[in-house]
Amino acid sequence: MRRAAPYFVLLLAIALPLVMRSLDQVYYVTMASRILIYALAATSLNLVLGYGGMISFGHAAFVGAGAYTASVMIVEGVPSAWIAWPLAMAVSGLLALVVGAISLRTRGVYFIMITLAFAQMIYYLTISMKAYGGDEGLTLTQRSDAGLGLDLKDDITFYYVVLALLALTVFFLSRLVNARFGRVIEAIRENEARMEAIGYPAFRFKLTAFAIAGALGGLAGALLANQNSYVNPGILHWTESGKLMIMVILGGVGHLYGGVFGAVGLLGLEELLANHKIGWLAALYPNYQQHSLLAVGVVMLLVVLYAPQGIAGLFKRRERK
Amino acid sequence: MSLTLILEQSLNGLQFGLMLFLLAAGLTLVFGIMDMINLAHGSLYMVGAFLAATLVQATGSFTLGVLLAIPATAVVGMALEITVLRTLYERDHLSQVLATFALILIINELVRMIWGSDMPLPGPQALSGPVLLLPGMPYSAYRLLIIGVGLAVAVLLYFVVAKTRVGMLVRAGASNREMALAMGVNIKLLFTLVFGFGAALCAVAGAMLAPIFAVQVGMGENILILAFVVIVIGGIGSIRGALVGSILVGMVDTMGRAFMPAILREILTPAFASAAGPAIASILIYVLMAAVLFWRPQGLFPARG
Repeated sequence: MRRAAPYFVLLLAIALPLVMRSLDQVYYVTMASRILIYALAATSLNLVLGYGGMISFGHAAFVGAGAYTASVMIVEGVPSAWIAWPLAMAVSGLLALVVGAISLRTRGVYFIMITLAFAQMIYYLTISMKAYGGDEGLTLTQRSDAGLGLDLKDDITFYYVVLALLALTVFFLSRLVNARFGRVIEAIRENEARMEAIGYPAFRFKLTAFAIAGALGGLAGALLANQNSYVNPGILHWTESGKLMIMVILGGVGHLYGGVFGAVGLLGLEELLANHKIGWLAALYPNYQQHSLLAVGVVMLLVVLYAPQGIAGLFKRRERK
Repeated sequence: MSLTLILEQSLNGLQFGLMLFLLAAGLTLVFGIMDMINLAHGSLYMVGAFLAATLVQATGSFTLGVLLAIPATAVVGMALEITVLRTLYERDHLSQVLATFALILIINELVRMIWGSDMPLPGPQALSGPVLLLPGMPYSAYRLLIIGVGLAVAVLLYFVVAKTRVGMLVRAGASNREMALAMGVNIKLLFTLVFGFGAALCAVAGAMLAPIFAVQVGMGENILILAFVVIVIGGIGSIRGALVGSILVGMVDTMGRAFMPAILREILTPAFASAAGPAIASILIYVLMAAVLFWRPQGLFPARG
């Protein structure tokens, strides 16, 4: 029953656009794409944060690098997704390799701060790219071109592409963390000195995980740029990194579906509060919709304080009883 | 690039550095003593500025308003410590980062509800003009006041931390928390006091910088990152490190912004230089921090031996 649950959810996700189209609510498909893209980004961060135990406070930089790579390719007249998206992954992955090679020499708080510092550098770098919009951002005249008869301009097609990539990523991650590699990085998280002592090059394993997560983050970035047909340096701001971390915590640190749960939970909550009038809240404070982030903050705080296992933890506990 | 320009920019750098020091001092104490990453420190800076703006408006006097805002912000800080942050000391850094990040969102929205998105806080009328520092070198009187206040607070802080009993307890807590506990220090009270003190320093910085920058929601977020850069460069828990780090960061940032485009123009095309100059200047301090961390992972003045 539990093993079937993810497939059941996947089926629901596949059915969603068909239902929405028949209800004439295609807006929700766009929103769902956005949530799935963030789910992909959060899932990639979860590899580093949850499985590797590395508190990276700069993941938005890799997402942003991917987004900018894909956008610049479109602007420069190479719209093919088959070139632009892998390139976005390569750029972000290489960037993560460099950042990781330096940052992973530090520990604890210093690691948090140095990843943040690198993310800030890349943030200011994008602001300085005047040829590509600077701090105004870059508007894309078209989405990437996937070929194969797929029209990415169509929101429903785009949704299915995003869903397929997310499913692939989660599948890849599940294979990765259950393989020797995953076991090793989890063991390094628990006791690095011991793993070093029995002969595992901890640094190399951590760096590999960091680079893979960076590349997957870059893919999420490329999708995000396509989804919005727009990029700006704002997606690299440090608060975006914080948001991705919140998604991972909210969903479940080191849980395969943690990133997905977290993105659905956080963005769903934001959407619910910002665009739907809830009677009792409105009675309490009429203008509450302008302050939806307040409720998001409160929920985040409560999750961190009282449910550090996140949404995935809720499922786990029930199973044990 | 004349000499007066360099002198003027170094005064600006000093002024910015000293204000950064006020933020970093509180942050480094909280970080060093309680081993707690407090992202919400920037929110106290914002609350301090909003409180100052309100109180200056209410009293009609800049001095009185700012002086009242300082204890008011300290009270807010202590209330925050007692209600939320206290429960986070025992948690790991990840939980601290996330919980205080959530606090940023909450405090931002609360401030927006109470005061709106921004508020005016004009500087004192008497200091609005320039003073002649050297023949041919006028300098803003208000910025001189900031430098004066910053230096005074730095001296006061040094005196409190190095010469008083409370300061001794703070230093003991920073260098070895367990030992201080074992020697019978009332850590709980000490933590709350340190937090209130840090919040008061935030209010000074927020109120003094307000006439130069703007009093608005989100103002704490960028300067908070700079304060973190400062304490990481200086060494976590070290006041001396925070002072050196702040002046260093203030100088590098201000000088970079002022002279980087000109320097780049010498080696690159003018169009590129004027576009990339400010960004490269912003990047400089992060490069500085990465370099310090790479060669001296404990910072320049490690508090723990």
